[in-house]
Amino acid sequence: MTALAAPPAVRTVGLEKRFGSHPAVAGIDLEVPAGSVYGFLGPNGSGKTTTIRMLLGLVQPTSGSIELLGSRVPERVVDALPRVGALVEGPAFHPYLSGRDNLFRLDVVDRTADPATARRRVDAALDRVGLGPAAGKRFRAYSLGMRQRLAIAGALLTPKDLMVLDEPTNGLDPQGTREVRSLIGSLADEGATVLVSSHLLSEVEQVCTHIGIMHAGRLVTQGTAADVRGVRETQARIETDQPREAARIMRELGLTEVRASPRGASGRLGSVAPEKVVTACVHAGLSVTRYVVDAPLLEDIFVSLTGEGFDVSG
Amino acid sequence: MADTTTSGVAAADTRAVRRPSPRFLGSELRLIFRRRRNQIGLLALAAVPVFIAVTVRTTASNPGADAPDFFRSITDNGLFVALSALTIELGLFLPLAVSVIAGDSVAGEANVGTLRYLLTVPVARLRLLVVKYVAVVVFAFAATLTVTVTGMVVGLALFGGGTLTTLSGTQISFADGFARVLLASAYIALCLASLGAVGLFVSTLTEQPIAATIATLFVSATSLILDAIPQVAWLHPYLLTHHWTAFGGLLRDPVTWTDVAPGLYVAAAYAVVFFLAAWARFAGKDVTS
Repeated sequence: MTALAAPPAVRTVGLEKRFGSHPAVAGIDLEVPAGSVYGFLGPNGSGKTTTIRMLLGLVQPTSGSIELLGSRVPERVVDALPRVGALVEGPAFHPYLSGRDNLFRLDVVDRTADPATARRRVDAALDRVGLGPAAGKRFRAYSLGMRQRLAIAGALLTPKDLMVLDEPTNGLDPQGTREVRSLIGSLADEGATVLVSSHLLSEVEQVCTHIGIMHAGRLVTQGTAADVRGVRETQARIETDQPREAARIMRELGLTEVRASPRGASGRLGSVAPEKVVTACVHAGLSVTRYVVDAPLLEDIFVSLTGEGFDVSG
Repeated sequence: MADTTTSGVAAADTRAVRRPSPRFLGSELRLIFRRRRNQIGLLALAAVPVFIAVTVRTTASNPGADAPDFFRSITDNGLFVALSALTIELGLFLPLAVSVIAGDSVAGEANVGTLRYLLTVPVARLRLLVVKYVAVVVFAFAATLTVTVTGMVVGLALFGGGTLTTLSGTQISFADGFARVLLASAYIALCLASLGAVGLFVSTLTEQPIAATIATLFVSATSLILDAIPQVAWLHPYLLTHHWTAFGGLLRDPVTWTDVAPGLYVAAAYAVVFFLAAWARFAGKDVTS
């Protein structure tokens, strides 16, 4: 990960929100670097959505400060929001309007959007999420997956520097989930910063460059995906006809805790590049039948950080 | 941060300068007037003058001694159908219609969740309230004029027009009478618009549009009840609904403003106070819907 010189897209200091005496968000210092894909993870009820609502100026912080694309929130949030596309806690549209009319409604209220290009931009956004054929249907007739797509289309009506996607894969089938992942990837390729929240770790962990994990209103860890995972923990496992020879090669390369088994060998990679193990084994004349690199699952990391399952924060 | 715009659309599609745009209001009015429920409501409002005109026509010789002032004049001039209908609907139907629209204004968006998406477009909260309220005022005029125009058309068809006998007993030309009826309608619409401000305020308190509508109607009904209790006569001039029926002054010869002017002041006062209350409430409200 190279250090990014640009100021962060989102920065909060001591951000706190209490509803009555219950602290929904208990003083977090969130930092979303410009250009990153930031996975904002945590169980249901851990404070992710409340944090996102505060970032977007929907909910007033009890204390702490927020900077969104360089603008103070909530005071100057209107300056930043035209460059922010948001999906907050599920799709919401007028049920008796068509998908297309709902997008026009959003575009019409946007003072920064050019009316002359509205039709083209609405159609482009609908096509991008694959809703073109259903654009004329009333929203109430949409399936949950179509509703989710429409909400994403609504966030893409004008060019954005930051996309805030709260649980974007909710209600989507595996195919839809893959499409959202690839959409996140293409948004990032175009230069946008993406803040994506999810309670399903496996759905987003593959696309994130940065990760923050919430638990019971606190940000328990935050950093690059590699840092959070801890590169040293990564296991390499090789299956071969000469397990002892493989184990020797692994030790020579610098792997630790190397163990040989009847069918192969395994060890902790540390800073060793994973592909070196295979190359070295093949050069030594071993026949490799299988090679696996096990990055620790975020779920395991979460459990190790909080001592609890990744379920629901009370 | 250099050019980090995205989403496959040219950056030229966004305007650097924000300028006032009537498009939000247009969208708001389309939402109101294209909604089936509201169209049916307007039809129901329009049915009353038709009903009045037809029943009076079929029992023309005997309007009844207890009939309201305007009823006895209906057979003389069809324009009075409009005034009779307005008088009757001012008791419940027109306040109900305005309460539905005003109660729905903010709470309806909160209820379906579209409020959070409007605010993140972004729409500044004050702008949202202004547009919502202007739409309510437009609806108040539309509802009133629906009754007036239907009443005029049906009345003129069944009873004819011609010169109009004012409440002072003098005769004025048809054109003058026509203008007077329109003026009275505008006065009623402004009165209803003040109720709309109450509805806008209540609508910022809840996420349930029906609750907001009922609360608004409750305010209007309470005002009507208090207005009928002589023991609180000191309160009457300040009641929301007290001056609503004062439009009769516009049908005297010459026009007397003595009752209409205080009605306009009270309406303006309610509108300003409750709009500001709505703003005070909504400006820093947590939108969690």
